[in-house]
Amino acid sequence: MSIWKKALTTAAVATALMANAAAAEDVKIAILVKALGIGFFEAAAKGAEEAAAELGDVEIIYTGPTSTTAEGQIEVINALIAQGVDAIAISANDPDAVSPALQKAMERGITVISWDSGVAKEGRLMHLNPSSSALIGNTIIKLAADHLPEGGDVAILSATSTSTNQNIWIEEATKVLPNYPGINLVATVYGDDLADKSYREAQGLIATYPNLKAIIAPTTVGILAASQAVTDAGKIGQINVTGLGLPSEMAGAVESGATTSFAIWNPIDLGYAATMIAYNLNKGTAKAEPGASIPMGRMGAAVLDENNEAAMSDPFTYDKSNIEQFKSIF
Amino acid sequence: MSILKQREALLALAILLLIGLVATRFPAFVAPGSLVNVFNDTSPLILLAIGQMIVILTKCIDLSVAANLALCGMVAALMNGAGVPLPLILVAAIALGAALGAVNGLLVWKLGIPSIVVTLGTMTIYRGVIFLMTNGAWVNAHQMTDDFKALPRAVILGLPVMSWVTLAAIALFTVLLTRTPLGRSFYAVGGNPHAAVYTGINVGRTQCLAFMISGGLAGLTGYLWVARYAVAYVDIADGFELSVVAACVIGGVAIAGGAGSIAGAVLGALFLGVINNALPVVGISPFWQMAISGSAIVVAVCFNAAQSRTSGRIILKPQEVAR
Repeated sequence: MSIWKKALTTAAVATALMANAAAAEDVKIAILVKALGIGFFEAAAKGAEEAAAELGDVEIIYTGPTSTTAEGQIEVINALIAQGVDAIAISANDPDAVSPALQKAMERGITVISWDSGVAKEGRLMHLNPSSSALIGNTIIKLAADHLPEGGDVAILSATSTSTNQNIWIEEATKVLPNYPGINLVATVYGDDLADKSYREAQGLIATYPNLKAIIAPTTVGILAASQAVTDAGKIGQINVTGLGLPSEMAGAVESGATTSFAIWNPIDLGYAATMIAYNLNKGTAKAEPGASIPMGRMGAAVLDENNEAAMSDPFTYDKSNIEQFKSIF
Repeated sequence: MSILKQREALLALAILLLIGLVATRFPAFVAPGSLVNVFNDTSPLILLAIGQMIVILTKCIDLSVAANLALCGMVAALMNGAGVPLPLILVAAIALGAALGAVNGLLVWKLGIPSIVVTLGTMTIYRGVIFLMTNGAWVNAHQMTDDFKALPRAVILGLPVMSWVTLAAIALFTVLLTRTPLGRSFYAVGGNPHAAVYTGINVGRTQCLAFMISGGLAGLTGYLWVARYAVAYVDIADGFELSVVAACVIGGVAIAGGAGSIAGAVLGALFLGVINNALPVVGISPFWQMAISGSAIVVAVCFNAAQSRTSGRIILKPQEVAR
């Protein structure tokens, strides 16, 4: 192909694109998820629709492969490029495998962002994390402290002593501990994300610290096992189990009272925020560059770090008032 | 016989010593309620160790027990969700466990594949089947009925049902191993398979039966486990088979087959159970716990090895020993 011909095609494509953009009334935003039929993502789509209703001129295309594969997502990306969508917000099955297809999309002027599960830096404009380590660390302490106005002993039941996520969260939690006077962290134990070991460790905590008021478990296996141990020990009401868990798994513990409240990201908020960001980037009201602040409607603003990543918010708190609504979602 | 008795007495002494040692740092550990707790907590390990011990007696090993437990537990939880009455669930869990054990047994018997290879394979298959059944989803406390969860913890005469089940299993299998022809044939098959054939024992069939017993116990434990922890998912009891084998080895069950007793396996399991329950309360850094429980196993095994230089309980002795 000669340079002349290349330039002509480029011009033609550019004109076509501009014509397309002008003709389209609505901003078409594709919410591309890991796989269809997963409660978490269905909830995120609900959030995206909420954002669309708020913005008015947005059409949401909720799509994804039928199984959680990168190949499936690449096919969907190519189909979306052919459809001429304006923006793609993806939760990726593989950070690198989908990157070339997304780069192709960006070359064609499509706004590409990732959320929940990120894409390699070159494959997206920005990435939206549901939360940040600092926010999570603060939240797990706050959850315990909120129900202990007079303070008291609390203990952490973690996963393995080597799990990176949990260790960072616990480190962040220890940092903010002085902000919660009266809250006394007496022990950190490790249940290795095994139901039986976590249960035993929780029993050990109950036996060792008679004044224990709360067990904080930033892991789904641990929080369940600790709730069960507290229930079996007849300590409901004396020891509050809290931390990070999934509503579908924790519904029983909340019902029995072993857990007053716990936290995890809210998929509805996440879908809402991703849509808002995609819209604003597409409209040019915000730019994806380090330090930039992108408005997210009711969720505030996402501030990008040097890798063009942002954290949405504190993890969302679940308790008796909303567990029924969320337990069927994820 | 006297050596064997002595070994079990020594192990019992070691357990008492361990409990005493823990009590110096955490006196509440020796309260009756706490000891009942330890026994109850160790029940799944004891049940599986009994089955594993019988399999090891026949010169085999069953690495699929934990996966079998997880699969039967998941099936029990799913049946509960479908509204099946509890007695039927119990029967089904035991039957399914025994059937899964029979798969191991038949492969070992009919195809003559080494049991370690067979059970290494079925271990992965059984976990894979759970994944296929559930797509990785969990069955949670609120999806189980109250009586399904309540049975193992119901207290009768001061002991939870789970402990009673364990005591019943200990009694049943002690009688089976020491008072019935089948029990004697397990020892014979492991002690000297060639001689066993000449006495009219079908070696393969006996090994298959051992696998079925181990599987049936795993099935029963599967229900107890899921009901106790009120959760069923793919990874429950992950790696538990190693604790079970360790309990047998500590209990003086000879890995080469033919020697061992129920009492030994039970005491081996209790030894591990006391360590598991003591470590969280004595305030040892979690970073040391793994190393400590590992060392305890090695010490116990070294001790056993030194003991078992004089030969153990072998019914049909090889020629050179008999001479």
